[in-house]
Amino acid sequence: MNTENDPDKFRIIVSDWIEQNYPAELRQAPGADGQDPRQSKPYEQAWLQRMAEQGLLAPTWPKEYGGAGFSADQARILSQEQRRAKVRAIPISAGLSLLGPVLLEHGTPEQKSQHLSKIARNECFWCQGYSEPGSGSDLASLSTRAELIGEEFVVNGQKIWTSHADDADWMFCLVRTDPEASKHEGISFLLIDMKTPGISVSPIRLISGPSAFCQTFFDDVRVPKENLMGHLGQGWTLAKQLLQHERQALGSIGRGDARRALTLPELAAQEMGTDDLGRIADPGIRTQVAQCELDSLALRTTMSRSADEARAGQSGGHIASMLKLYGSELTTRRHELMISMRGADGIGWEGPGFTPAAMRTTRQWLRAKGNSIEGGTNEIQRNVIAKRVLDLPE
Amino acid sequence: MALVLTEEQQLLKNSAREFVAGTFAVDQVRQHRDGTYPGSDTALRYSRDHWQQMAELGWTGIIFPEQYGGLGLGYAELGIVLEELGRALAAQPFVSTVLLAGNTILRGGNEDQKQSWLPGICAGEKVLALAFQESGRFSPWQISTRADATAEGFQISGEKRFVLDAYGADQLVVLTRTSGSSGDRDGLTLFLVDPAAKGVSITELKVLDSRNAALIEFNGTEASAEQVIGEVGKAADILEPVFDCAIAGLNAELVGIMSEAFERTLEYLKTRQQFGALIGTFQALKHRAADMFCEREHAISMTMAALRAIDNKSHDAILLISAAKARTSDAANLIGRESIQMFGGIGMTDEEDIGLFMKRARVAEMTLGDSTYHRERFAQLSGF
Repeated sequence: MNTENDPDKFRIIVSDWIEQNYPAELRQAPGADGQDPRQSKPYEQAWLQRMAEQGLLAPTWPKEYGGAGFSADQARILSQEQRRAKVRAIPISAGLSLLGPVLLEHGTPEQKSQHLSKIARNECFWCQGYSEPGSGSDLASLSTRAELIGEEFVVNGQKIWTSHADDADWMFCLVRTDPEASKHEGISFLLIDMKTPGISVSPIRLISGPSAFCQTFFDDVRVPKENLMGHLGQGWTLAKQLLQHERQALGSIGRGDARRALTLPELAAQEMGTDDLGRIADPGIRTQVAQCELDSLALRTTMSRSADEARAGQSGGHIASMLKLYGSELTTRRHELMISMRGADGIGWEGPGFTPAAMRTTRQWLRAKGNSIEGGTNEIQRNVIAKRVLDLPE
Repeated sequence: MALVLTEEQQLLKNSAREFVAGTFAVDQVRQHRDGTYPGSDTALRYSRDHWQQMAELGWTGIIFPEQYGGLGLGYAELGIVLEELGRALAAQPFVSTVLLAGNTILRGGNEDQKQSWLPGICAGEKVLALAFQESGRFSPWQISTRADATAEGFQISGEKRFVLDAYGADQLVVLTRTSGSSGDRDGLTLFLVDPAAKGVSITELKVLDSRNAALIEFNGTEASAEQVIGEVGKAADILEPVFDCAIAGLNAELVGIMSEAFERTLEYLKTRQQFGALIGTFQALKHRAADMFCEREHAISMTMAALRAIDNKSHDAILLISAAKARTSDAANLIGRESIQMFGGIGMTDEEDIGLFMKRARVAEMTLGDSTYHRERFAQLSGF
């Protein structure tokens, strides 16, 4: 896509492109007219493909790696125009939003040319091998072992919460390469091909039903030495950097932008009815809706401020933890409010008698409970803020 | 406009911080309260010398055009000064003179009225008060004070409450009803009134933040047509944006108040020992400090966005102003409550400063609508 310098002209180019390329089938809310939201999957795929061809899935990456070569300002215009056109959210992809930025900075030239373009073109799927059954909040205590034998690492152990591991092509994985070193210094960052013999995957069922989460087991898995990212023992540094991206991505879920099916005020108007002045009829619900919407506005505004600070070369300091903490709590509150508005329609699990949209609310209400756990629990985020930002004693 | 300070704004912030640190000690709040502040008129509850010094720095004229002796800058700049003043709990007639009465004259007055008062405000020589509120909760058009037409002009009668800096003011701007009934947006008229005029009685109030506020009774006070600001019956059109800009300024002051209170609380967590450990090592307090930090960050973002929206004449300025007032009020309230709790027993004493921050914050939260009022307004403006 033309990277026009004039922001107003650029905005027109972008909005025209969205207008011409965004599939008509996605312009109605998912689940509208009682449809099964899954029916729109092929159109979502087509849209992702069109975006990928233009490098728009990774707008700020260089063109040589499949990005669009946009500046931060241009990427922001793209995101604003998508929101304005009510383009549906792209599911957070581990390759695009988590690994990509770290790989760009720390990957070897070979690793970058092998992986980045495929990620940007949506051709290769990644999963994240971080948590272990015994290492949740205390991630750095992880024990999956990678022993360097000749030209290969031999990996043994078990990862949990590896989203989409059952259909991922690759995994970026934290492994212990030096059991003698201190907890943080003995960790390395490996890129592992999921087709390697010795890897087995089993999906995890959540309180909300089937999920993308999996457990992944490693039994003498041989990984070429070149697949080490960064230096041996540098894994924890890279891991933390990547977690910042993850927290930011998770925090942005809470913004509550126009990409969801029905906005919260729309849902409230539908469920509670409206009065003569067009206001949500139940004043108590209306106050809670106002609180949620106002908090979303505050979160979005703080995100803009943090982007402006980054552009001006002022570090906002561990802003990611704050956004993740606040965004996930807001998401939880929204879902609590949505399910309470549905009343008895919000208790349907499956089958007849409930609309797909109502059952989605129920499942999402359950799934949202995980938002304040994944990516570092909110308690961990508060610890990070207290330590790194507020400099409170340990 | 980006949500960061420009180089010039950073310089202004630095000089404001330096001036405030050298001029206003938090203890002056007690001195103004107890009548021990040095000066001839202890009932004034602020220092006119300091007001004069700020005028010399140009700050009293930040938002006024150069032709009236102002700097012709924006609300982003005014917010910087108000935030720094908020940090020191500096009692100065900024809200009353600049944001309320001065801005009313700027937006609604004729050229004569502007020339009569604005240069005096910019020079730090005049202090003005806007007498509008009559009810306890902010409800801008709930006005019963009458201005009845007479052969010579008008006769004003009624009672105004909580008039900021009315005691010692050089001029009053008074909101009256010339037609309709209380609650109507139409039928309101503004007058310039000499506080020494016949039938004006000003009673000093003692309020939570120890600042200057008064009850004013008008008993058949005569006013001529020349004293009317703007058109008869159309005051609401003038006042609506004046109130909004003043709210945006109060938000900046609240950010300053909560920031100082929060930083003092953090310092206390890092120095106070109990059970042989610094209390800041306790996770129960750390996590609450992290929550206070998040709330303050959002308050800062919203306040900056609202001030810039006024300067940019953005279509969503009013929405942002109300949203920001709701956030800053709630955040200041949280930090006020939590700071006293974390200081423990000493936080309850008058000797410790921390309670003074909560007291001023409480008044600023309530002024021109609290968070409940502004959340409701946000919902209305958002159309749900």
